[in-house]
Amino acid sequence: MWTFFHKLASPPHIYRIAAKFVPWFAGLGLALIAYGTIAGLFFAPADYQQKDAFRIIYVHVPAAYLSMLAYSIMAISAGIGLIWRMKLAHAVAAAAAPLGAWFTFLALATGSIWGRPMWGTWWEWGDPRLTSELIMLFLYIGYMALRSAIDDIGKADKASAVLALVGAVNVPIIHFSVEWWSSLHQGPTLIREGGPAIETAMLYPLLANILGFTFLFGALLLMRVRTEVLQRERRSRWVRNMILEEPA
Amino acid sequence: MSALAMGGYGAYVWSSFGLTFVVVIVCILQARSRQARTYRQIETRLRAMESAE
Amino acid sequence: MSAGPSLKQGFAAVIRRDLLLAYKRPGDVFNPLFFFAIVSTLFPLAIGPANEQLIAIGPGVVWVAALLSALLSLNGLYLGDLDDGSLDQIILSPQPLPLLVLGKTVAHWIVSGLPLVIVSPLIAISYQLPAATISIMMLTLTFGTISLSLLGSIGAALTVGLNRGNALLSLLVLPLAMPVLIFGARTVSLAAADGAVAAGVYFLAAYCMLALSFAPFAAAAALRISND
Repeated sequence: MWTFFHKLASPPHIYRIAAKFVPWFAGLGLALIAYGTIAGLFFAPADYQQKDAFRIIYVHVPAAYLSMLAYSIMAISAGIGLIWRMKLAHAVAAAAAPLGAWFTFLALATGSIWGRPMWGTWWEWGDPRLTSELIMLFLYIGYMALRSAIDDIGKADKASAVLALVGAVNVPIIHFSVEWWSSLHQGPTLIREGGPAIETAMLYPLLANILGFTFLFGALLLMRVRTEVLQRERRSRWVRNMILEEPA
Repeated sequence: MSALAMGGYGAYVWSSFGLTFVVVIVCILQARSRQARTYRQIETRLRAMESAE
Repeated sequence: MSAGPSLKQGFAAVIRRDLLLAYKRPGDVFNPLFFFAIVSTLFPLAIGPANEQLIAIGPGVVWVAALLSALLSLNGLYLGDLDDGSLDQIILSPQPLPLLVLGKTVAHWIVSGLPLVIVSPLIAISYQLPAATISIMMLTLTFGTISLSLLGSIGAALTVGLNRGNALLSLLVLPLAMPVLIFGARTVSLAAADGAVAAGVYFLAAYCMLALSFAPFAAAAALRISND
């Protein structure tokens, strides 16, 4: 049993295994996204209140959900790396951050574009989710900035892990604060995605996209983890043997 | 077809999907190029060390 | 227990030292304070002196100014110790590092946060805020500036000794400080409008307690990491 975990933490093992999973995750993800997108754009019925604009949900919700999943992965693996001193965990955290930042940006951009026809404005401070998503983008940027400011990778790993954990505690607090604050705001009615009850014809493509983007994220994460591992282990014997064995 | 017009919201819907598509492509390309670049850098250094021996 | 300074003595010693250092460099205390005052005057100059507008933005301005001036003073929290070598001594002390970090944070608050709280009524009056609001402002600012010192000590510990650590420090601390800012400023606004302030005050107190219980440990861990 321990050998399983021991192997799991071994960099050359991860490097090889991850490579095998990437095409499957990517393929499955893209297939699900293709179905979800096409069904969502062309076959789901238009929403009663929002007409066709609601279709943005099919990219906005996956992006927002992934932005939070990525942060959780980042914080949890940073914690594992810090507590159990697993270098691989730190590599996962480092790999997750840029992806999370991209999806956060996407959630904000699609949310803003969606807001324009719905609220009449590109930005709505009164929407708690947009505002707390923006703050989360700053947390991601801070994490990546701290990483790049520290030269020694071991120090960078540990320092950014502390930051990720402190940020993780704050994320629910930030969300709660912004919600409370915006509930005081006499603004336009908040748009609830999809309307009061979501039909299956609208729901299935959404679920497909959420799942599909998650698989795609998984593939991207594995790709980046491999690169992190390769970079960190560049002076090791297994890397040397692996690369020199390849024909030039 | 009404697909392009999207009931008048065409610009918003298509720009959202377009942006998502672009970001996904960028992520994929970025991951691949970083991997390739890292591999190349290490390979160059290792082969240089090999031939220097 | 071995002979040597007790926990209380170590804690008090750290506070006393930092207060003494600040006393010798009054600029460290007064510069952020003047910054606070100046920033508060920028807004009426930029936006215009209409009273309703001032009352509307007053609480927010005071809070943002307090936040920014806290950031200004945070950078020096460990920098002086790093420069003269005492940071290593502090880390190597027999007393638990979180306790010593807490001591430094307390000293930092006395020197930077407390003056802000004391000066804030003047700013509040200049923004035409009703007198009843001032007590709420001081109460919320007290909890808020303590939380800021605590959060800031984590950021300062993470960035001590880095090039351009100053900007990075702000980038790290500001997102974390946003709940404090939101509740602090909005509670004072509510007070000005005779709304219910209890919820906001409780939140700020709770957040302050939370920060008090984990920030010293996070900052101590960060110090050890940065200083390896």
